Amino acid sequence: MTHSASILLSVVSDSFLRPMGSIADAQREHLIRVVLLTLIAVGPVFIAAPLILWRYRRGNAQAAYRPKWNSNKLLESLMWGVPMLVITLLGITLWRMTHTLDPYRSLSTDPIRLQVIGLDWKWVFLYPDEGVATVDELIVPTGRAVSMHLTTDTVMQSFRVSALIGQVYAMPGMVTEIHLIAAEDGEMRGMNTQFSGLEFWKQKFEVHAREPNDFAHVMDQARNSGLSLTPEVYALLAEQGTADEARPNLGVSKDTPLRFALPDKDLFMRVVARYHTGKPVNAPSQPGSPSYQPSCAVPPPADAPLYMPMSTHD
Amino acid sequence: MTDTLTGNLTWDSIMIVKAIKDPNFNTIITANAAAMIPVGTVLIFAILTWTKYWKKLFSEWITTTDHKKLGIMYVIFAMIMLFRGVVEGTLMRINQAGALDGGMLSSDHFNQLFTTHGTTMIFFVAMPLIIGLMNFVVPLQIGARDVAYPVLNQISFWLTAAGGSLITISLLIGEFSTGGWSNYPPYTGKVINPGVGPDYWLLAVGLSGIGSTLTGVNFSLTIYKLRAKGMRFMRMPLFVWTSLCTSILLIFAMPPLTASIIMLGLDRYLGFHFFTNDLGGNMMSYANLFWMFGHPEVYILILPAFGVMSEISATYAAKSLYGYKSIVAATMCIAVLSFTVWLHHFFTMGQSATINAAFGIATLLIAIPTGVKIYDWLATLFRGRIRFTTPIIYLSGFFILFTIGGLSGIVLANPTIDFQVHNSLFLVAHFHNVIIPGTLFGMLAGIHYWFPKSFGFRLLESYGRVTAMLWIIGFCLTFFPLYPLGLMGMTRRTVDYMDPAYQPYMFVAGAGALCLSAAFVGLLLTIWRSIVHRKELAVPLGDPWDGRTLEWWTPSPAPEWNYAVLPEVDAIDAFTLAKERGTAYAPVDKYTDITLPPSRYYGFIVGLLAATMGFAIVWYIWWLAIASLTGIVITVIVYGYLPQCGHVIPASELAEADESWRRRARAERGISRDEETAVSNQGLACPDLIPTP
Repeated sequence: MTHSASILLSVVSDSFLRPMGSIADAQREHLIRVVLLTLIAVGPVFIAAPLILWRYRRGNAQAAYRPKWNSNKLLESLMWGVPMLVITLLGITLWRMTHTLDPYRSLSTDPIRLQVIGLDWKWVFLYPDEGVATVDELIVPTGRAVSMHLTTDTVMQSFRVSALIGQVYAMPGMVTEIHLIAAEDGEMRGMNTQFSGLEFWKQKFEVHAREPNDFAHVMDQARNSGLSLTPEVYALLAEQGTADEARPNLGVSKDTPLRFALPDKDLFMRVVARYHTGKPVNAPSQPGSPSYQPSCAVPPPADAPLYMPMSTHD
Repeated sequence: MTDTLTGNLTWDSIMIVKAIKDPNFNTIITANAAAMIPVGTVLIFAILTWTKYWKKLFSEWITTTDHKKLGIMYVIFAMIMLFRGVVEGTLMRINQAGALDGGMLSSDHFNQLFTTHGTTMIFFVAMPLIIGLMNFVVPLQIGARDVAYPVLNQISFWLTAAGGSLITISLLIGEFSTGGWSNYPPYTGKVINPGVGPDYWLLAVGLSGIGSTLTGVNFSLTIYKLRAKGMRFMRMPLFVWTSLCTSILLIFAMPPLTASIIMLGLDRYLGFHFFTNDLGGNMMSYANLFWMFGHPEVYILILPAFGVMSEISATYAAKSLYGYKSIVAATMCIAVLSFTVWLHHFFTMGQSATINAAFGIATLLIAIPTGVKIYDWLATLFRGRIRFTTPIIYLSGFFILFTIGGLSGIVLANPTIDFQVHNSLFLVAHFHNVIIPGTLFGMLAGIHYWFPKSFGFRLLESYGRVTAMLWIIGFCLTFFPLYPLGLMGMTRRTVDYMDPAYQPYMFVAGAGALCLSAAFVGLLLTIWRSIVHRKELAVPLGDPWDGRTLEWWTPSPAPEWNYAVLPEVDAIDAFTLAKERGTAYAPVDKYTDITLPPSRYYGFIVGLLAATMGFAIVWYIWWLAIASLTGIVITVIVYGYLPQCGHVIPASELAEADESWRRRARAERGISRDEETAVSNQGLACPDLIPTP
């Protein structure tokens, strides 16, 4: 089975309507709650509009006609009062759920660390503690919190895993966060939702939630796969194109998953730091530019000062 | 390398040459569309020469400073651009109906389509429609002879036309941006996108933006200063109120857009780093600035539509507007709140939950005054006598559909849910769901309503009703399937997809798009058939709908001077009151000479030079850009020193025209509302309803 066919044939979730974790499940519930609450205020319009339009048609001489009637204190207070009440209720639940389901909220004191780099049009996942990197394949252990840092090395993108949490922007030179947890084994799909060029809509990735033992096994396999994410390999990956298009350049056959050993634990920070050296990043060294040259685009050397992103939130 | 004389322009920049050299499906479609520009131009020139209309075109239209003619020109301009927008939208939906594992359009072509579609529809259809309607209606409704600054008004129009011509020319020469109507950097920055596309976007939107800012200034001043005697703020018609709010919003909302355009322009042309990846640039500053404009913008577009809804609900229900004060207060609330919610366009940027929650709640708050307005219009219809004319069909569609759009807006206001459906088709469905049933239906209803005042004859109801139904059905078919698709995870701006589950929905949306195209054709047919039958549809006495506000208190088409004698007002529905008292068409004792603003080439020259300058900047033809800019400066100085003599209409001419109209109105029998759509409707209404106790 080829790499892309496996996405299509297995049962996968790429929507929060089929949640695979508690956060997406809560988001789905919140959607239903919001719609029901709002119906209190908008439902009457759906009913009253057709009724009034029909009842007070010109042909109906039976109906009352009060051409000068133009205000009524009780009606007026209902018209303002009901929406205010509904919005107050909605506001309270909005405030609560926004904080409870904040993607920045860390879910455990001992999460597994993951770093994500968006490229045109593929995602690179770095496991600095495991010394592993994957492309277009996010593997997470079930039942364990995952703390992800996001950036891109091209234009702005938006990283979404619908079945677990939704999306947060990923931006060059900046670091954003997502914290998630997969409840059970399963296959999901994630993607970039932000238009970022010709083939952005192909920028999808598989999400595998695996039992901790299986997860450890996959990590071992990746470390010993014989592939290594060196700066040169990374620069080749950064060329515009999907992962499948990148395989021949990397000398990887079509069916082999793109799993690498990660020799440089600071690769993510170096990629972010590229944009903070105080020197311009010229077109040949900027992935995403039509004149990008992989040979010009090695991330800052190991002795360059590392950019340490401050956490924007407490 | 850039040539001194022709800049970056080469033969290969011309789409038709490109298509001949590399013929394929996409280049041929584009080349055909592009060919419509020279062919259309030649055709128009030929028709003008054949009918010997050139002189009239210049003396009566191009040089006009009359707010009514400028309003009509705005609407015609919007209709031409609407044609392009509808074709593009339909092409995209048809493509997606067959886009499972690859559709007929190439990615690059599709990306240009959604960018031009969005840019055209917002800046060159919706904006000219509302500004055009404001131009035509506001001075008439407040009982004035023109706007405060007629020449400035002319400049605004021609700057908008200049922007529109740039986006049109991009079809023929070069290409347009692929960065969406919001044109987010760094994707649209020079490093990633060195082509001319984003430059076209910057110049087209920038020029029309300056025009819109000037319109805001002009109309707020007009409404502050030129109201008829006795028309206090709380006696202004609701359309005037909403136009005032829109004008205020224009003044405050356009500058952030202009600023972001200038900054992105500096990035692209002079190597600045406002929004670049490197050297401290920050693309999120652009997002903030753009939406500081972009969110008030949606209220700029919707408020005048609300104004139209208020006018037509009262008129066609033969009843005074319910809750005038409430609606005014609600309008003002919306105008103010619209500046406090921009961040909900990027809840997913990575800011704290507290910031998101604050902006989410601010967004929810807007639902309160909006809801109040919907209730108020329903209460206006309550215990009325509703005639199901074309505008009321639009209003009926608006009630149900716009409310659904509001509901999905409440859903999106929740950051928690937005994390899931941001950038998805759910969002696309939502904003079309407010802009089409809101702004577009409102404007179409307004065009039907005020058409007799502009041209002296009604639009055919038969065609109008069918067209309105087509818009409503087409809208439902096209955009309702996008809600489930968005929840299923399908993103916007997607040329192809791989999930077969999307396809059935896409088929329905494709069929809906065809229906919307048919609705557009229906609109043209309505106008065409009505022109053919204009004799039977004529309403020379000026009041075909038993109107309530001042604009109906003058013949149709409205004379150049609007009112021979400026009206005085002592109530909200001043004209209704005058009709009840039987004093509406009483003879006038005294007429005085009127001075109207003179015709000028000023605006046309400025617009032409601005378009040339824009084109020159896009192609780096610096001598031409400098020459055009110099030309603009010289024009402004020269016209600034010209004597400000208007042209005078003598009292005798006024008296003759006005007295014959009044005499005829007093002599003739008015018609009841049952004859509203009959030949006997000459524009004189007679009250035929007795209130029930």
